[in-house]
Amino acid sequence: MQTASDFRQRSEEALGNPQIRRNFRFAMDGLMAKRRAGLSDPREREQLRTQCAGIRVNALSKLPELLEQLEGNCTRNGIQVHWAESVDEANNIVLEIMRQHDATRMIKGKSMVSEEMELNHFLEDHDIECLESDLGEYIVQLAGETPSHIIAPAIHKNRHEIAELFRQKFPDIPFEEDPEKLARSAREILREKFYKADVGLSGVNFAVAETGTLCLVENEGNGRMCTTVPPVHIAVTGIEKVVEQLSDIPPLLNLLVRSATGQHISTYFNMISSPRKPGEKDGPQEVHLVLPDNERSRIYEDDELINTLRCIRCGACMNHCPVYGRIGGHAYGSTIPGPIGSVVEPQKIGLDTLGELPTASTLCGACGEVCPVRIPLPDLLNRLRYEGVRNNNDGKVKGQSEQRKGTEAWIWKSWSWLHVQPMLYRLAMRTATRLRSLMPRKLGPWTDVRRPPRIAARTLHELAREKGFDNA
Amino acid sequence: MERQRHYPEKPGRIYFFGTCLVDLLYPEASLAGMQLIQREGVDVIFPKDQTCCGQPAWNSGYRDEARAVALAQLKCFPLDYPVVVPSGSCAGMMRHHYPRLFKNTPQEQQVQALANRVYKLTEFLVHVLKITLKDLGTPAKVALHTSCSARREMGVAEEHEALLQQLGNVELVEQERKAECCGFGGTFAVKHPKISAEMVSEKAEHISNTSADTLVSGDCGCLMNISGRLNHQAEKIKGKHIASFLWERTNADSQ
Ligand code: SF4
Repeated sequence: MQTASDFRQRSEEALGNPQIRRNFRFAMDGLMAKRRAGLSDPREREQLRTQCAGIRVNALSKLPELLEQLEGNCTRNGIQVHWAESVDEANNIVLEIMRQHDATRMIKGKSMVSEEMELNHFLEDHDIECLESDLGEYIVQLAGETPSHIIAPAIHKNRHEIAELFRQKFPDIPFEEDPEKLARSAREILREKFYKADVGLSGVNFAVAETGTLCLVENEGNGRMCTTVPPVHIAVTGIEKVVEQLSDIPPLLNLLVRSATGQHISTYFNMISSPRKPGEKDGPQEVHLVLPDNERSRIYEDDELINTLRCIRCGACMNHCPVYGRIGGHAYGSTIPGPIGSVVEPQKIGLDTLGELPTASTLCGACGEVCPVRIPLPDLLNRLRYEGVRNNNDGKVKGQSEQRKGTEAWIWKSWSWLHVQPMLYRLAMRTATRLRSLMPRKLGPWTDVRRPPRIAARTLHELAREKGFDNA
Repeated sequence: MERQRHYPEKPGRIYFFGTCLVDLLYPEASLAGMQLIQREGVDVIFPKDQTCCGQPAWNSGYRDEARAVALAQLKCFPLDYPVVVPSGSCAGMMRHHYPRLFKNTPQEQQVQALANRVYKLTEFLVHVLKITLKDLGTPAKVALHTSCSARREMGVAEEHEALLQQLGNVELVEQERKAECCGFGGTFAVKHPKISAEMVSEKAEHISNTSADTLVSGDCGCLMNISGRLNHQAEKIKGKHIASFLWERTNADSQ
């Protein structure tokens, strides 16, 4: 189990590693600049954000009906739908499908839900080879790491580090630092794997209830390969990814891509509506859709926390987060890092384990300002801080109240006691000003890098009174 | 975040909420704010029973404690005069978070009515008083750090610049990454001191790179943080709250 000190330790390690710092700064600056350029007209941008927020809010407001409709339409199209309560159940469903086909090799497109399921480990424990085909995911897999960003999993590495990794793993391939050549080498290694794979697995960006269509956004073409070359395609996605109708897709796709990378359109956009039909020359014979719940229904129950589920996983909130940019994704110790990670992960895993994450924000609001679906991220972080320390537990949020500590609670109680008694407060402030020469020069870590603040000679209350403002 | 706010005509009277940090560390900032408003012919009332808006506890998750303190402030503003606050985060607390804090309580409506008449000092000077400033000061080179809450929660970053641009002898210089947070974040600086230290160090570096002689900020929290860092490095840059800066440069007796 993770603890607060783990987060602290990992973030301090990251802060102490200049290479990681440079890699993130460089990458985040690039992504921010691209979004700015891609969404340069503020009126259009804000209008699109409102429209997309509306689409997601609408979908969530009818989630149960839409999921039923999605299941009906997928089934009619020949896509087999599987519901899973937990990640264990979802893993076992995937394993069962593999077993039905005597499959031992899986090729994967990018899927954060499969990361949430820790599917690779699970399948490897059952002697199934799982190979990531998204370049970033592939790099992370080669290095034995986890993604540090939801759309750019290997963003913590620069090209020298990646070239070095390739050199170690594939000594026969010439050592190349040019990103294009690196990508080409990876592609050559992977291409053969696509043909040998028994099953292809992908995520889903949007599942359209109206038509039973699974939409997949990608830039490398590996997603298309995963979903068309192997004889079986398994798509996994959270139950919140459903939207009502096909006409919801153009604005969502538009803003997702522009928020994520500043592109006007992704290189590939796949709409999967059925397995191969009679007479068709390609496509998988079977398509499965696995829909894990994993605490989403619990999040759905709360009027405010439900907004967590609007997320379309564009990554903009982390790109713009000054904390994420400094400590990187691994410090969070959760599948999804950054502001949305600090909101969604403690709700899934529990505030007892990840309750420190909502405090790892200055609430500067940069995340909420860029979120394409207007998730009020700072408000949700604030809410989860409350859930972590509240003393009247209603059991609605996992690990509620587990962050409450005796001394901290006592400090806030005393603080409150003083600030509800104006006379006492004035006396305390006045006393502090009179004793200001006694103020210590060292104030814990604050003064490691700063001069201590100077207490004024007289309080504002005194000055206001003297100037006659105090006439109420 | 708000965009279009409807501003009233210039009122005869206002309440001033000084904030706790200012009370103890920067009283001259609030005093200057009150004097700026008074000079425009508006009566300023500083209710003496005010203490703190409750924000520190609210942002730490201690809602009951925050609500108790906020409730004590409600009593300070019984009449419907505008409430002017010299800090973006305290103004944001009263304007945006009080309604959340008092949702489903007997004070819900009273609180909403209060929230509707809370203004950040700078937006009040620009939009309600439509103040014009005459610079009496000597030439100065100024870097401005608008707090994140003023910028993103209250949406009043431009008002700060507009005020400084009225000063003829002031050259406003722009630091790199000016919209990025300084790393204060209230209890964030205490809970995550290393991350905060990194953020403020970079912020201070960008500001000293501008060779500004003065750092002006709209929030005393940011000011305490960034100035504390600059002074630690023996930088000669003076830190000032925007209200003090405006008052000193436009008041004949301060010259
Ligand atoms: S919370 Fe918003 S900004 Fe962050 S990943 Fe989700 S959609 Fe993108």
